[in-house]
Amino acid sequence: MATIDTPVKTTASRRHRQPSRRTRAPRRGRAGRLWVKAVVALLLVIEVYPLIWMFLTSLKSNDDYLNNSTWSLPTTWQWGNYTDAWTTGNIGLYVQNSLLAVLPALALMLLLGTAAGFALQVMVWKGRSLTLLVFLAGMMVPPQMILLPLFTVYFRTGLSGTLWPLILTYTGTGLPLTVFMMATYYRSVPRELFEAATIDGAGILRAFWTISVPLVRNALLTVGLVQFFFIWNDLLIALTFTNDQDLRTIQVGLLNFTGDFGATQYGPLFAAICINVFGTLLIYLFLNQKVMKGLTSGALKG
Amino acid sequence: MHRVLGDRRAIALLLGPALLVYSLIMLVPMVWSLGYSFTKGNTIDGFTGNGVANFSRLLDDPAVHDALWFTLKYAVVVTAGQVVAGYLLALLYVFFLKRASALIRTLVFFPVVLPTVAVGLLFQKFFQVAPQTGPVNSVLNAVGIDSVDFFGSAGSVFWVLVVMDIWRSMGFYAVLLFAGLLDIPEEVLESARLDGATGLALVRHIVLPLSMPVLMSSLVFSVNGTLKVFDSIVALTNGGPGNATTPLTLYMFQTSFTYGDYGYGSTIALLLTVVCLLVSLVVYRVSRRDLTEG
Repeated sequence: MATIDTPVKTTASRRHRQPSRRTRAPRRGRAGRLWVKAVVALLLVIEVYPLIWMFLTSLKSNDDYLNNSTWSLPTTWQWGNYTDAWTTGNIGLYVQNSLLAVLPALALMLLLGTAAGFALQVMVWKGRSLTLLVFLAGMMVPPQMILLPLFTVYFRTGLSGTLWPLILTYTGTGLPLTVFMMATYYRSVPRELFEAATIDGAGILRAFWTISVPLVRNALLTVGLVQFFFIWNDLLIALTFTNDQDLRTIQVGLLNFTGDFGATQYGPLFAAICINVFGTLLIYLFLNQKVMKGLTSGALKG
Repeated sequence: MHRVLGDRRAIALLLGPALLVYSLIMLVPMVWSLGYSFTKGNTIDGFTGNGVANFSRLLDDPAVHDALWFTLKYAVVVTAGQVVAGYLLALLYVFFLKRASALIRTLVFFPVVLPTVAVGLLFQKFFQVAPQTGPVNSVLNAVGIDSVDFFGSAGSVFWVLVVMDIWRSMGFYAVLLFAGLLDIPEEVLESARLDGATGLALVRHIVLPLSMPVLMSSLVFSVNGTLKVFDSIVALTNGGPGNATTPLTLYMFQTSFTYGDYGYGSTIALLLTVVCLLVSLVVYRVSRRDLTEG
């Protein structure tokens, strides 16, 4: 598995072995340490305070929010705001829609992308670099360029009232990055492995499925995570293809949240934002190294 | 031996589905959209051809000029902010926090994964003045400054947007550039230090030139992303006040779906695509020249 790791990891481990090399001259160390602490403290406040404020506000009643200081704790802790957001505010339904659109798209994208990455990197044929380039071009083009024709097609084929437009569009727009990243991961798997497997009697398709897929398992998780965050957080495509209120994803639902309640209900609104934010944070907290590595390597290669 | 890896049927079977989906969802619509820009109308009412009228309208449309100007201004300011903030953070990670930086890196990366809509709504409330004074105005009041209606004027709302997007993404560029800084050989830094280069001089003459490649990739990535900004603006201001914060992406969306003019919408989308390609090309060219010089 070590061969598949990106440079980020190898350089990081190199650093751990030689931590003392980067220490500054000791005579300036003490003065430096103080302002570093100040900067870190400031960063902590900048990153965390908005989230804490959001959480505390989600537990306030409307009166409490409008009439008391923005710094104050909730006078009564309104946990019911979360129930209101989930049921009356339809956040439960929106989360379900998001899952129903995102998970199939993710599965399709990974399956098709891995197969294509294998065909483009491991297999030998004329025109494969050109084909890869065609896929790559998709990353440069703004999604606005494909929205209107797709809208027409989905409308004409009667797919408009379903989640299929989202699943298909997410799969298609996610393929360039997926194919490219998978092809890159396959580069570090020696081709001889597959040749040997086929000599032993496995067809090339079987070698792909039973040998190569387990080998790039790590990569699949990484790419899957990256794409999950992209699709889950998408607004543009979801906004375009979900005219029906019952089909809204969590992002579209959140954007229109105030409309659902008539007048603005601040507690449930903040509760809805919290559900969305802390849901994604939870995944991030468990897999933060993978997420960071995946998102940044995706960027550099793209 | 290569016969096995050159099996045409296997290639078609593995590549075919992806290529088909990609073509149907992206390649064909791109060309199709190009065709739309010579028409008027929409899916529900039908289309009629109208030649190059959309293109001449594009040239004279003050709203397009505003949107294009806003898009470029936003891309330049936010890119500069993201990359500079990210670079400073990366320097902090590598040279001051050293091994302790993992926790801070994780923390500063937090906002990158957060849904933009949620962040937009959060910042809206964070900077608001009515019906409730948000934390930012509360701080201003506490130090004796009157509340500012950040969303009331084009100037201030632009900066709220910039602050929000830098907050959202600086952790991303920090990690990206951090990885680049780690690639600088220890020996180079060591010998520079022995020659007496410390602090700013070390950064200016050794670290900066050596991290130029990753800095340039960040720049390309950032420009490409900021030109396509949509979510954060829709969530924070929805383009307002007036159309002060309407980028091309949002103007295209409004033209197509609010006014039902798919033809003109496609023309704006085409303009956006051309701008993206041109700007990326320029940044790429400039970065290549810098690399060969450095």
